[in-house]
Amino acid sequence: MAFTPEDVQRLAKLARIELGPEQVNATLGHLDNIFGMIAELRQVDTNGIAPMAHACDVGQRLREDKVTDGSIEQRDRCLALAPESEAGLYLVPKVIE
Amino acid sequence: MIHASLKEVVSALDAKKVSSLELTDLFLGRIAQHNPTINAFVTLDEEKSRAAAKAADAARAAGNAGPLTGVPIAHKDIFCQDGWRTTCGSRMLENFVAPYNATVVERCNQAGLVSLGKLNMDEFAMGSSNETSYYGPVRNPWDTERVPGGSSGGSAAAVAARLAPAVTGTDTGGSIRQPAALCGLTGLKPSYGTVSRWGMIAFASSLDQAGPMAHSAEDCALLLNAFAGFDAKDSTSLERDNEDYTRSLAQPLKGLRIGLPKEFFNADGDAATMAAIDAALAEYRKLGAETVEVSLPSIGQSVSAYYVIAPAEASSNLSRFDGVRYGYRAPEYSDLNDMYAKSRAQGFGEEVKRRILIGTYVLSHGYYDAYYLQAQRIRRLIANDFDQAFKQCDVIASPTTPGTAFKFGEKSGDPVQMYLSDIYTIGVNLAGIPALSHPCGEINGLPVGMQLIGPYFSEHRLLNATHQYQQATDWHRRTPAAFA
Amino acid sequence: MTWEVVIGMETHAQLATNSKIFSGASIAFGAEPNAQTSLVDLAMPGVLPVLNREAVSCAIRFGLAVGARIDQRSIFARKNYFYPDLPKGYQISQFENPVVDGGTITLQLGQGDSATTKVIQLTRAHMEEDAGKSLHEDFHGRTGVDLNRAGTPLLEIVSEPDMRSSAEAVAYARALHNLVRWIGICDGNMQEGSFRCDANVSVRKPGEPFGTRREIKNLNSFRFLQQAIDYEVQWQINELEEGRAIQQATVLFDPDTGETRAMRTKEDAMDYRYFPDPDLLPVIISDDWIERVRGEMPELPEAMRTRFEALGLSTYDAAAVTASLEIARYFEGALKVAGNAQAKQAANWIMGDLSARLNREDLGIDAAPVSPEQLGGLIARIADQTISNAIGKKVFDALWQGQGKSADEIIEAQGLKQITDTGAIEALVDEVIAANPGNVAEFKAGKEKALNALVGQIMKAAKGKANPQQVNDLLKKKLS
Repeated sequence: MAFTPEDVQRLAKLARIELGPEQVNATLGHLDNIFGMIAELRQVDTNGIAPMAHACDVGQRLREDKVTDGSIEQRDRCLALAPESEAGLYLVPKVIE
Repeated sequence: MIHASLKEVVSALDAKKVSSLELTDLFLGRIAQHNPTINAFVTLDEEKSRAAAKAADAARAAGNAGPLTGVPIAHKDIFCQDGWRTTCGSRMLENFVAPYNATVVERCNQAGLVSLGKLNMDEFAMGSSNETSYYGPVRNPWDTERVPGGSSGGSAAAVAARLAPAVTGTDTGGSIRQPAALCGLTGLKPSYGTVSRWGMIAFASSLDQAGPMAHSAEDCALLLNAFAGFDAKDSTSLERDNEDYTRSLAQPLKGLRIGLPKEFFNADGDAATMAAIDAALAEYRKLGAETVEVSLPSIGQSVSAYYVIAPAEASSNLSRFDGVRYGYRAPEYSDLNDMYAKSRAQGFGEEVKRRILIGTYVLSHGYYDAYYLQAQRIRRLIANDFDQAFKQCDVIASPTTPGTAFKFGEKSGDPVQMYLSDIYTIGVNLAGIPALSHPCGEINGLPVGMQLIGPYFSEHRLLNATHQYQQATDWHRRTPAAFA
Repeated sequence: MTWEVVIGMETHAQLATNSKIFSGASIAFGAEPNAQTSLVDLAMPGVLPVLNREAVSCAIRFGLAVGARIDQRSIFARKNYFYPDLPKGYQISQFENPVVDGGTITLQLGQGDSATTKVIQLTRAHMEEDAGKSLHEDFHGRTGVDLNRAGTPLLEIVSEPDMRSSAEAVAYARALHNLVRWIGICDGNMQEGSFRCDANVSVRKPGEPFGTRREIKNLNSFRFLQQAIDYEVQWQINELEEGRAIQQATVLFDPDTGETRAMRTKEDAMDYRYFPDPDLLPVIISDDWIERVRGEMPELPEAMRTRFEALGLSTYDAAAVTASLEIARYFEGALKVAGNAQAKQAANWIMGDLSARLNREDLGIDAAPVSPEQLGGLIARIADQTISNAIGKKVFDALWQGQGKSADEIIEAQGLKQITDTGAIEALVDEVIAANPGNVAEFKAGKEKALNALVGQIMKAAKGKANPQQVNDLLKKKLS
């Protein structure tokens, strides 16, 4: 496994994390080491083994369709946590579609 | 009172020898005195704590006391606590005052437990040494040059230094058991689905589980009674009748079969650690248990499987920290994507970013099958190994960690070395089963932990075995000299 | 050189639940910004989704209605991307094992006798949560985010690329729109965004492999759907004919210019990193659950059409009266009173006078002042020749204006009953013959038109109440 700086930049972009050139190199080294360890997984024969996504093999419990949540008070309390808000809205840099 | 068991604390409260307010002030006083050294607490609010203590005293006076009313506790800063700053060890949440209670916190409040403050931790629970906290490392009370373990390092250090009699922890790959071992505590990771995850800031959702950390198995059993139970707000919470986890504590160990996985009991283990484990096993045999060899053939791949699955889930779980609705937003940026990228670059620490990138990679196009699905298949093999082993034994024993607490910086330069030290604890999370670490010896004045693993829903059995062991030994009562 | 148009549709139908798909917040339209957000919708740290049972029932109902396979172990997955209206940084959707697998929609194409049907294959239909809304009006150069819509339950219905024209795409969208309202899983309100279409459009030379497609997003009216596809098809053909290749893209339709334009590319849109949501276990759909949903299902439009055709309706008429559940219910209500033999008449009245009047007054059929029972009563009186068709229209008008509770009441009160007494009609005929010798002479000289003038005179004298056929017959007899 050998990551290139481009690989690292692509991941950083997907994950929305800015990395400077030095960080790219440091990260690259770490990823090489970690995937060096993880590479052993690919040698294991798992033919016919079903992937296990959850610890417990049970079905999902569902909710009744009732309105139980949402209010102006709660909105205002949550909005107060926002870096930027106005008129009940969260504000972000201009989105251009 | 600072060395008392929870049962003793409750007796003292019952007998009116002490009030909850006095107890709370006692621990708040110790925190004020020792926290500058230990750095176990990141947020305190004495006013709130004392108000809760007064309410507990009032409830007690009115005859409305539950089994733990008035007992002080402190919560790992991964739990949202209404009106309290909740940081998860991250700069990202430096100013985040939670607008609601985690179910664990809510249940503790309902039970009349008095919250002393929020406990330091590895950032977003990613770490085994508490060195990744934005709020500075926690120091191990047994040797302040050493790490307390992680990610529930603040929790472990607080109990070890007698700054709190009981704490909450969370365990995704060993984050309760490993710091419990390194700080000389008893800590239990329950079966997945036993304790609600609502309000517990997610690291790896299919692995995360909250549990108690305290001095003894008996204390843990009492605490788990308060934490555990079905919660409709968590889809993965299991719908079962409430259990009394203290019910089996007194049961003798005669006939208990302790499985010793040959993969863990071999020449590779640290000699001093294995000697301490052997001594503990001898004690268990004296109490009537027998030991049998078992095998966990796939356990060797558990660290690798874990470091695919946990970062994959984490990379997605941590996407909500985007500087829009709460949390850190970079002061300067050029546009929306730059705002995201800079806020996340500045708001997250190195280990968190590393794991997000690993997770992003293993889920990305072209690598999903080779890494993520393969890791999930190995996860099943590991779970199957445990199922097979439990046909031959009731519990499985192992060391909790490969060695005692290490020094700051000793492993932090090499993440892989740090990851590999989780070998004894990680398989349990992948399988979803319960496990506990209890102190079982000392090496050069540092505690050694032994891990007991059981099948799904065997918490009472693990607590029973440990309690019997703790009736016969005193490792769990030892106190670091500076905090006696 | 002709080009073949290839269209596949992805339609988002908002499910008609009370609360959101994963939280207890309301999905009612038009609330104050962010007032209908729970901690879950805001993606607060530590919150968890809990799935709404009714939303799953809606998906099952749709699957049964289109003859699809219901996946009894359905999985929710996370679709990861960053956008301000997507609070978690991922959308909970379905990737592998959607609830609905396959199925078909039958389209009615063309008019009158040339009407045909076409079967469109569905790929799948999966459940997912809607995103919030970005408001681009000016907040000092910022965008405002309202998360009221975030977490609204959607069923995304994906068709195979089976449509070959914008008309087929519109017919498909209409059929789907009808069906989801018919089975009560979606209110179909397109203005409010409850039913939105994305069209994947490409062109190719017949027989060649599919061309590169462009996806037109978020079309919220049938007219825009048609316009957008027509524009897009022409644009693609022009590009290809001028030797340029089509780039895969997501495009938006601008109703003001009638043009489509490529969106600023979401650069990493191609790597959503789908994986099973660890917060949500597999949804187990039992046989019992499926049967319960089947039991609650109304008769479906196709079954109803077949039944109506058996009553003598043409394919076109049968499709017309099953264009919506409301129309079908009205038709059945009228038939109940008028009798099945009057199916054709009832269809004519509903698609003719009733719908013209409703259109003129901008009313829905469920708000029609003339009830199905009233119309049925009117049709019955025409059928038994109590009144003529022409008088029928007068009675309809009177019913519309509320001049009586039933056709019978109006006929009685206004004395509109047809004169069937042969003697009385004969008298009128004789009278008119005597008074119009000119017309009589013309007719006898072979001018057929003169007869019409005489009939008109007689009907006028009878105040319209004479049976025109009877008048005609008598007149001819007398003049022969």
